[in-house]
Parts: sequence; structure tokens; C-alpha cells
Amino acid sequence: MDFQVVVLAGGTSKKLVPLVSKEVPKALLPVANRPVLSYVLEQLELSNIKDLIVVVEGADAALCVGGWISAAYVDRLHVEVATVPEDVGTAGALRAIAHHLTAKDVLVVSGDLVSDVPPGAVTAAHRRHDAVVTAMICSVPVSGLSEAGSSGAKDKTKKPGRYNIIGMDPTKQFLLHIATGAELEKDTRIRKSILRAVGQMDIRADLMDAHMYAFNRSVLQEVLDQKDKFQSLKQDVLPYLVRSQLKSEILINGAPQGQQAKENGNDKVSYRILANASTPSFHELYALGPNGSAPVRRTHKCCVYIASNSKYCVRLNSIQAFMDINRDVIGEANHLSGYNFSAQNNIIHPSAELGSKTTVGPHCMLGEGSQMGDKCSVKRSVIGRHCRIGSNVKVVNSVVMNHVTIGDGCSIQGSVICSNAQLQERVALKDCQVGLGYVVSAGCEYKGESLARKEK
Amino acid sequence: MDSRRSSRAVIDPKVRQVGFFTSAPLPPDRTQSDPPDPIRSPPLADASSPGNSLSPVMIPPPRHPSDSLLRLPHSPSDAFPPPSPTTTTTSLGDFSDDVTAASSPPPAAARVRGRGSSVKQQGAASSFPGGGFEVPPSVKAPSSVPASGLTTVSVVKLPPGISVEVQSDRALNSKPLKEKTSKAERRAIQEAQRAAKAAAKAEGIKTPAVTALANAKSAKSTKPSPQRNDSAVVVAASEKKGGDRSVEKDRKKDVPHPRMQYDDKSRVQKLKKRSVVKPTEARNRVELFRHLPQYEHGTQLPVLQSKFFQLDTLHPAVYKVGLQYLSGDICGGNARCIAMLQAFQEAIRDYSTPPAKTLSRDLTAKISSYVSFLIDCRPLSVSMGNAIRFLKSQIAKIPISLSESEAKATLHSDIERFINEKIILADRVIVKHAVTKIRDGDVLLTYGSSSAVEMILQHAHELGKQFRVVIVDSRPKHEGKLLLRRLVRKGLSCTYTHINAISYIMHEVTRVFLGASSVLSNGTVYSRVGTACVAMVAYGFHIPVLVCCEAYKFHERVQLDSICSNELGDPDSISKVPGREDINHLDGWDKSENLQLLNLIYDATPSDYVSLIITDYGMIPPTSVPVIVREYGRGQLWI
Repeated sequence: MDFQVVVLAGGTSKKLVPLVSKEVPKALLPVANRPVLSYVLEQLELSNIKDLIVVVEGADAALCVGGWISAAYVDRLHVEVATVPEDVGTAGALRAIAHHLTAKDVLVVSGDLVSDVPPGAVTAAHRRHDAVVTAMICSVPVSGLSEAGSSGAKDKTKKPGRYNIIGMDPTKQFLLHIATGAELEKDTRIRKSILRAVGQMDIRADLMDAHMYAFNRSVLQEVLDQKDKFQSLKQDVLPYLVRSQLKSEILINGAPQGQQAKENGNDKVSYRILANASTPSFHELYALGPNGSAPVRRTHKCCVYIASNSKYCVRLNSIQAFMDINRDVIGEANHLSGYNFSAQNNIIHPSAELGSKTTVGPHCMLGEGSQMGDKCSVKRSVIGRHCRIGSNVKVVNSVVMNHVTIGDGCSIQGSVICSNAQLQERVALKDCQVGLGYVVSAGCEYKGESLARKEK
Repeated sequence: MDSRRSSRAVIDPKVRQVGFFTSAPLPPDRTQSDPPDPIRSPPLADASSPGNSLSPVMIPPPRHPSDSLLRLPHSPSDAFPPPSPTTTTTSLGDFSDDVTAASSPPPAAARVRGRGSSVKQQGAASSFPGGGFEVPPSVKAPSSVPASGLTTVSVVKLPPGISVEVQSDRALNSKPLKEKTSKAERRAIQEAQRAAKAAAKAEGIKTPAVTALANAKSAKSTKPSPQRNDSAVVVAASEKKGGDRSVEKDRKKDVPHPRMQYDDKSRVQKLKKRSVVKPTEARNRVELFRHLPQYEHGTQLPVLQSKFFQLDTLHPAVYKVGLQYLSGDICGGNARCIAMLQAFQEAIRDYSTPPAKTLSRDLTAKISSYVSFLIDCRPLSVSMGNAIRFLKSQIAKIPISLSESEAKATLHSDIERFINEKIILADRVIVKHAVTKIRDGDVLLTYGSSSAVEMILQHAHELGKQFRVVIVDSRPKHEGKLLLRRLVRKGLSCTYTHINAISYIMHEVTRVFLGASSVLSNGTVYSRVGTACVAMVAYGFHIPVLVCCEAYKFHERVQLDSICSNELGDPDSISKVPGREDINHLDGWDKSENLQLLNLIYDATPSDYVSLIITDYGMIPPTSVPVIVREYGRGQLWI
């Protein structure tokens, strides 16, 4: 279908700091005991996309991600990993691999997207309108505020910067305005010309950019070349394209709208028949100018695909989101996880050992080879592989990664415990993040803290 | 030659010549067509002589394909010069150049080379600020953003020969390069072998073709068979094809294929298996229209969208057109036909014959798969059906000795010619004819939005005729609004009304111009639903109804009502009124057992109500449609 797919897997995100590290880049963070990148790759594989370019920031992270992909997807996908330096931003990353892009259109997907929206839907909308860019928009996830015991999450979700303001035309096909987090502090400015051309604009604050874009390749490369200050797709490139859609500065050499001067008279007639037969979008009406003869103004189309509410679509870009996704994937969106749920609505690996009077509630997951002592209780949590959990341990609303040792009598609520961490006896954690290999000494109580080893 | 002429009087028993007809069609391969044949003294000899006045019924003799509209009597040859041979040849040359340039480089070698060079370009071109990034040692260009190399980490194992290994830039040292050149060499050798094989095959096939031709000739001379009419064409075709298709087979094809009945469960099941877009069971089907393909817009579009990457075999251009049909972005017979043909043009341009297959067969199969996809999106219109038939016959006629790029160039120009001659030039001729029927002070009524009628009105306005236009429109599509907008912008004086007011507005109208989706051989006009109503009211008021329809939309089918063949639209669109949320009486209609909504797209106007059909062969009464179909249909003109 003449599409290339680029997965931006990122590097070690600062926002997720105690969870990610040199050894575990963001793309490999486990969601229900599977790296988050696998959700994107599997969704793409499901859509029969076999050729991918995965872009990773930083050489170490690239090595990790590349190693994991080659182990997990050999014989299934043809994946190429590109390394870009850290902090170049998403636009910089695309700039660095621009010379590998050859197809007519490029689908750019963020590696941290956990979603069951078929990517074909975005690309199809893109093709149908011959758009320059098509963005996928999903509704803002209902954060886990209603869930019990995650008070630490509240202040994070209340940050105003998380939301976007998105303006669309009444048919909900074209993107007219987009303002992301940083700009929202100020007043938003809306282009008068666009508003006048469309006549009516729907402004929504309950939608957000899912970071899945279909770009026209030549346009993307041109924008990246010309505007070398652009760092991010979401905050620079997309708003730029949306802003300038009615006075396009792009030399469309691919001519997405076929608006170059037709030299042949017959071509002109057939073009007019085609144009008359379809309901003109406001782009075409505007391009025609006031007298309605030959197109005088250059425009390009920015389209939008709105994921329906029944679909799951969340980005893993904060610790809160990490917790939410983990809970959802084994909870309400469990078709994503790819596991078979038992009658109790949980997943317990057959090799896991449970002590007597230990209960594992619904929406839980217990990885391979994990051992639990007596009288433990696990609710709404994910426990990784080869964990050793003592007796009388309570794990509620938490994520415990692999090879974690938890002593007797611990109580863990709303926390994330990374791999190889060790919790000694009678530790009480609430809304904490325990970094890789950190040892929490016996009897400590923490609330809402982030515990990690000092970087050497 | 003479023997063939004399036996032409024998009429194929299958073709009933109805109504007014001219002499039997001339064989397409005649060399000189200008002077009327002295042997037969055709009844239309005077009609074909140039310079006579415009008569309402005018059927010029079939023209030779090489001479375009110039030969039509009263043809507007001065106004619209036909495409001159020089221009066509130049464009042809360009096209073939393009093709060779696009298709020639072997992909593996080209990709590697391209990457190597583009790395350097990228490095030089990018001027990303803040050059604090570490530059990988492999990139020597002084760039701040290093062009990053790709590392293939996982490869799908493909059978050897197909897999294109992508090497990382870092590993691109001398050794893999050498390997690549050897690969290219190997490919070249393979290509040469293939070419030799193909040449040998072509030679081998030519000889049986000649014998087949000889056989056919002898058969023809011995017995003047009843399928005389066909055999001339068949022989010509089989000679070109180099095949040995029997006459029987061709005759079988003459029998019209039974239309798909969608209430036949077993056949629907079979169809479901084949189709790309899985049709779901429609809700509340109207009993009388169960045999038609049911409309399921709400479910089809998402399914098709999510399958975007599964449809590998489909060309993107075809996919896009299908999507536009499905979503209603393109409607109208001419526009749909042009869009489809242009998509096919693109598909043919990107087509390359797989090894061990012939172009004509493989491309026909490919086009068929595209067509079935388009049918899944929306049932074909008659115009599209005729265009597809033309294209397929054109593909079948490509001689096997022609090289691939030449064959593709031929097809490209054939499609171009079809669009130009059958649609655009036809429209111009129709405009020329129809404008003579518009007088000063006329009030013209039109229904919906027809491209031909629009051109007529605009042209008449440009000629300075004083007339008024009444545009009658109907729910739910409101196509007339767009026409109204365009006409008003041109400065025509218009009246806009809905079909409810037709009997009121008809008092002041002096002529009715209608478009048509198709004209069937009993003179029935198959057009947008509501046309029949307009025509009937006009007939009741003794107002002439002029139907404008290009001849390529004519069909030999006979249809007496709008039931047996029609198309169903979105039932939701008639239950919802845009802009009026308060009209929601039919909300949730699909849950009610007792309610079925019917949104028909077309209707059939009986020929009684039609005074005149304006087509590119002249102005004819509806009873003469079979003549056009017989004389010009069946691909006689396309040869």
C-alpha cells in the first residue's frame, strides 16, 4: 500500500525516572509482563505490517531494544532499528532517518501507545482525503481517580498541561486547530481565516492526540528540512501544518490535490467533472477564491481520525499512566494482553506456587515461577516472573516486576517495584516507586516517595 | 472482402433488429471508409454526407477509430480539434520512457546504492542546530544530526531469492558491496534468460496462431454460418490475440450473465467468501427489494479501513477510489467512471508481469480483482461496466509479441482515449446538439445534478441566450444545491425548489433537461430516483423532456420497472434530517419489527415520457436506442 511505518520507541524518559534506567528503556517497561513496545508491534503485525523501522534514542537503549526485538520477533517481523542521539525530539528522530523513507506516505507511531485501534483506519482516512497529515485522536483516558487508594496520582492528573484543545470541522474529518499542553497556559489563538473558511468549528477539550500520524512523506521531509528548529512532531510540526493549511507554503511535489495547472484542455474537463461530482470540502472552496474559477490559493488538508470510545487507546507517558495501563490490560481491556483469563478472571502461571490461604483476586496476574508464601493477598496487581514473596504480604493496586524479593509481612499499595528490588520484612509502601535493584530495609514505611539507587 | 459483404444480409438470429436501423455494420478492419460502398447503396448515404441540416433523428455510419469526430456530419470539428497524431505519439513516447525508468533498476542493488548516496546528501543538507551530539564514526559528513543507520534486528525468513536483506550502514564495508554487485550480475543473467525464453515462447505461439487463422478462414469460406456477424470480429480478435478461442465460447459470452440475486442464500454465501468487505446481515430488509445488494454503510467502512494493510494485492489508487465510492465522496456516472479509469491507469503503470505469466491474462485477472473490490464498495454503474468491458477487451487484444512497457503504454493511451472520446468529447457534442434546443425566453427545468446538463446550461449562457433555470432537488442527497451554487456563480438566473412542488412549478417550464445514469434498449431511462416523477409530470403538462446521455452509458438490457435492478442507499439518511434534531420520530427504527425504510437510488423512466434523447451520435427518439446499441455497442467502435 506504499506506506512505511516508523515506530518512535523513545529512550529513557525523564518522566518515568525511577522505573526506567539504562538497562530498562521506556520501550521495554513491562505492561502485564510484556514490554510496552510489544503492544504496538503486535497491533501492527495484526494489520499485516511486516516491515518496520524502530527508532530508539541513545545507543544503549537501542542495543537493549534491538536485542529484545530480535529475540521476540525473529521470523515474524522485519524490523530495523535506528539509533538517534538523545534529546533530539521526535522531529529530530525523523530527520535522522529521513533518508530511509521512500514510500509515498509514512505512518509514525509512538512506541508507548497501548491501543487496539487498527492503524489501517488512520491510513485509510489519510488516503481517502489525500491529506498531508492525518492524526489519530482519542478521548482522554479516565484516570484512576475513582479507584481506591491512589491518592498520589491525583496531583499528577490535575496538571493542566496534560490536555489538548482540538478544533475540528463539523463533519469531524479535518483538523482546524490544535494546541498542546505547553501552549495552554496562555490564551489559545485561532486563525481567523480558517474559521471564516469553514464557518463553524467544534472545539473539544476531552480529546487528545494519540501520537499516531500518517504523513505525506515528501511534505514531512520538506517541513523537517525547512524548519530546522522544530523539535517535536506533536508540538511543532503538526500545529504548523494545521496552522498553514489554507496558505500552504509547501511545494507539494507529490501534488496531493492535483492542483497544478492542467496543460491539456481535456484533462481540465475531466478534472472539473470529478470536482463537481463530489461535495467540495472547505479547502477546495477556499482554494477556488471568490470568483470560483481556477484554483488560486494553495491549500493542504490536515485530517483527523477519531478513535471510537469503545476502543482502548492510552499512551504510557507517566507513572500514573503506567499504573493505569497495567491495571486496564489485565482488567477491562484484557483482550489486549493476549492471555487467557481463568474463571476467576486472573492469570496465574502454572509454574507459580501459592502458599496456603493465599488469595489472588480477579484482575491479577502472577508470572512464571513466582512463589508466594502463606496468607498473602493480591488484588488488582501484576506480579512478574520469579518473584519470591513471603508470608502475610498484601499487594494491592501495584505492579511488581521480575525477580523481586518481598519479605514477610509487607504491605504494598499503589506502588511500582522494579526488577531485582528487595523489600525486607514488614515494609509498608504506599504510592511509591522502587527503582531497579533497590533494597528497602526492614520495617520502613514510605508514602508517596520515589526510591532509587544513586547513579554512580 | 466481397464474399463477406454479400453474406452480411444473413442476420444473427440472436440479435433482433428492432425499429429503425441502418445497414449492417462495416467490418472494423476496412481500409477505406470514405466513399459509400457502391454494392450496398446504404440508405443513410445522404445522411452521412456533410452539410445537411440538423435532423432530429440522425445516425451517422460507424466511424473508423482512427478518424475521430471529424467524420461526423455537422461535427464540431473546427471548435474541438481531435487529438492530433503528433501529440499522441509524443505523449506515448514520454510515457514509455517513464515506465522504463521506473521499472528498470533491480530493487536490491538500487536500494543499497541509494542509501549510500543519500546518507551523504542528508548529512550535507541537514542543518540542525545545537551540534552537541556525538557523531557516529561511520558518518563523515559534518552534520549536527547524524544520519542514523539502520540495524536489522529481525528478519522474516523468506524463500531465497526474494528476501531483500538490508544491511546497516555501519556494516557497509567492502565485503557486502562485492556481494551486492554479484547479486546484480546474477539478476542480469536471469533477466536475459527470461527474455530469451519469452522470445522463444512468442515465436512458438505465433505459428499456431497463423494456422488457427487459416482454419478460421477456411471454415468461413465453406459454410456461411449464422454467426456471420460475429465471426468477422472474432477472427480479427483471435488473430491479434494469437489465441485459439473458439467461436462457441464467444457465443456463450454473448448471453447476458444472470444478475446476482441477493436473496439467494447459497450464492450470497459464496459471494461472502470471495469478497474483501464482509457484508453483514442487513437490518429490516424490505421484502420486495431483498434481491438487491443491501446497504450496510455503517459497518463496511470501518472494516475496510482496518483492512488497509491486508489488501496487499490492491493498488493504492484503486483502494482510494473504492473508499471514495463507499463514503460517497464521488458520485455521478461520469465522475465514477473517470475516477475508476484513472485509478486503473495508475495501477497499470505500476504493474509488472510476474514471471512465467503473460501480461494479457494476468492483467485481466488483476483488473477483475480490482473490479470485484469496487463492486464490494458500491455496485457498478452501467457506465463503469461498459468502461470495464472496453478495458478488458483492449487488454485481451494486446499482441503477445509486444513488450511490457509498450503494452502498458498502449493501454494507458487507450484509457486516455476512452475518457477523451467517450466522455469529454461526447459531452461536447451533446452540448452542441442541445444548445440548439434552447431558445430565448425559455424556462428550463432540471432535476438533481447532471454533469451534461450543467455543461449545456453553461454553454447556452455563454452563447448569450436568455433563459431561466429551475432546479428541482430532493432529499436526502440535495445534489441540486451544488449545481445551483455553480450556476448562480456563473450568473444564470435560477429557481430552486424541491420535488414536492413539481406540479406547481411545471406550469411555467418550457423544456425539461434530464441526465441519465443509463439508457436501456427499450428506451427506458435509468436515472436518479425522482427522474421518472419529473418526466411524468412534464409529460402530463405536454412539455418536452430531453434526456442527455453519452452513448457509452447505453446498455442492451431491457428493464420495465425500478424493482428488478436498482441500488439501495443508506436508510438512515432518509430518517434523519440534517440540521433538525427535533425531527427524530424515526430514531431507533431498526429495532422495530414493523418498520422498514427504503432508500432507492435509481428509478426507471418509461420511454413514453421521454421526447428526445440527446447523445453523442445525434438526437434520437427513445425508440432508436436499440439502433445505437446495436450499431455502436458491443465494442465495435473500440477496435
